[in-house]
Amino acid sequence: MSRRLRVNPITCEAHGLCAELLPELIRLDDWGYPILDDSAVPSELLGLARRAVDACPTLALLLDDDA
Amino acid sequence: MTFADGHDGLPRLLAGLEPGGGAVSLAAHTRVHGPLPRVVTHQLIEEVERSGLRGRGGADFPTARKLRAVAERRRVGPVIVNGSETEPASAKDRLLLSRLPHLVLDGAVLAADAVGSRQVIVKVGENAVDAVAALDAAIAARDRDPVSIEVVTAPEGYVAGEESAVVHYLNGGDQLPTFIPPRPFERGYRGRPTLIQNPETLAQVALVARFGSRWYRELGTVADPGSALVTITGAVRASGVYELAFGTAMSDLLAAAGGPSEPLRALLVGGYFGTWMEASRAKALRLAREDLRTVGCTLGSGVLIALGESSCGLHESARVIAYLAGQSAGQCGPCVYGLRAIADSVAALADGVAHPSEHRRVLGWTSDVRGRGACHHPDGAARFVESALSVFSEEIEEHRSGRCRAVPAGLPLGGPAVAGGRLR
Repeated sequence: MSRRLRVNPITCEAHGLCAELLPELIRLDDWGYPILDDSAVPSELLGLARRAVDACPTLALLLDDDA
Repeated sequence: MTFADGHDGLPRLLAGLEPGGGAVSLAAHTRVHGPLPRVVTHQLIEEVERSGLRGRGGADFPTARKLRAVAERRRVGPVIVNGSETEPASAKDRLLLSRLPHLVLDGAVLAADAVGSRQVIVKVGENAVDAVAALDAAIAARDRDPVSIEVVTAPEGYVAGEESAVVHYLNGGDQLPTFIPPRPFERGYRGRPTLIQNPETLAQVALVARFGSRWYRELGTVADPGSALVTITGAVRASGVYELAFGTAMSDLLAAAGGPSEPLRALLVGGYFGTWMEASRAKALRLAREDLRTVGCTLGSGVLIALGESSCGLHESARVIAYLAGQSAGQCGPCVYGLRAIADSVAALADGVAHPSEHRRVLGWTSDVRGRGACHHPDGAARFVESALSVFSEEIEEHRSGRCRAVPAGLPLGGPAVAGGRLR
C-alpha cells in the first residue's frame, strides 16, 4: 500500500521541522511553510516520513493511506 | 417517467420574470412552469444525470454525482441552498432568490426528496435583504412541501460562500473553510451527509424534473447542454444577468448586454477567480467548457467583465488581487503571506516601481501557493494574477517607463455590480 504526505494548512505554523527531517520530499516556501512532494512516499523514506509526522509540533503533517 | 412540454428556446429559468417587477408569486410561478412534479427519487437523479447538469456555483461538478453521493448514505442532513454569492460582480443568485424564489425552492425540495432529506436551509448573505424577504414570503405561501424550509443569513465575505465554511457556520462555528476531507457529503451539517448546492443549479433541477433531460439538452452543446445565467458587466451598455445557451459566442454574450460601450481591451471570464483574455481572442470563443479550456479558463460562477481600452487592466488587477489578499480567511500561511506578497508585487508593477525581475518572482509565488490552502482561495487568486501578468504584459512595460493610458474603470469590489439584476 502506498502512502502520501499531506499537511493540514490550517494547523501548520511553519515550524519547519518536517523539511529538516525529510528534505527529500519537503521544501519550505518563502514564508517557511512546507511544500510537499505529493507523489507516493518511496518505501525507503517511509521511516523518515513517520519521524517527520511525529515531530510536527502542531500535528499538521499527515501520512495518508492512498485512497 | 413522463414529462410536461417545456418552453422552446429562451428564457427558461427567467421565464415569467417581468422587468422591474417584484418576486414571482406561487400562482404565477405555477402558471409559467406548471405544478411541482411528483417524481420517484432515483428517477430524478437519473434524469439529472442524463441532462448533464453541472453545478453553477463555480466548481462545475456534475450535479447527479453530488446527489448520488448523499443519497447513498444514511441519516442524511439538510439540503443547503448556498445563496452566499460572494463573487463581487455576480448577481445571478440574488436575482433568482429575490425574484424567482419558488423555482429555487422547487429544486431544493425535489433534491431533498431525492437524497432522503427532510429539511432545506437557504443560506444567504446578510446584505441580501430583498432575497430574504422574497424567500420568507415564498415559504409562507407554500403549504405542500414535505420538508421544512428555513432561511439563515450570515456575514458577507469572499470565502463565506465556500462549502465547508457554510457548513461550519451552520454548525455554530465561524464562517471559515475547514480542512477537507471530510467533505460535506460525507460529514456536513451536525455531522450528517449534507447536500449543498447553488441556487441556479437547483432552479435547473426544478426544470429538468418537470420537462426532462431531452428538453434540457435542446439548448447548448453536447458537452455543455442547457442554458446558464451569466452576469455581464463592465464596458457594456446594459450590465445585467442574462440567460444564454451554452455554445453562445462571446461576441453574442456581449451583444446580449447591449454590446460594448467602447472598444474592448480584455475580458475577465469567471469573476475574480477567473481568467483575463485578450478581447480579440475572447470574442472568438463560445460559452462552453471545451472552448474556455483551450485558454485555461472556466466559466466559474458565470461572470463576464468587459474591460474597455480606456481602462488599465494592470491597475484593475492590482486592486482585485489586493482585495482577494484581504479576503483570505487568515487560516493558512501560504494564503495569508503568499497572497499579500503577490498583491504587493503586482501593486509595484502597476506603480511602475518594480524591478524587471519582479514579474518572475510573482509567477514563482503563484505557482507555490496553488493547492496549499484548506479551500481554493489561493488557487483562484493565483490563476487570476497569472492571466493578468500574461494579458497585460505590455502595460507592465509601459508603467515601467511611467506611462499609463487609462482612466480607472472601477471594477466592483465587495458588492454586486448590478443591484437586483436586470432582465435579458
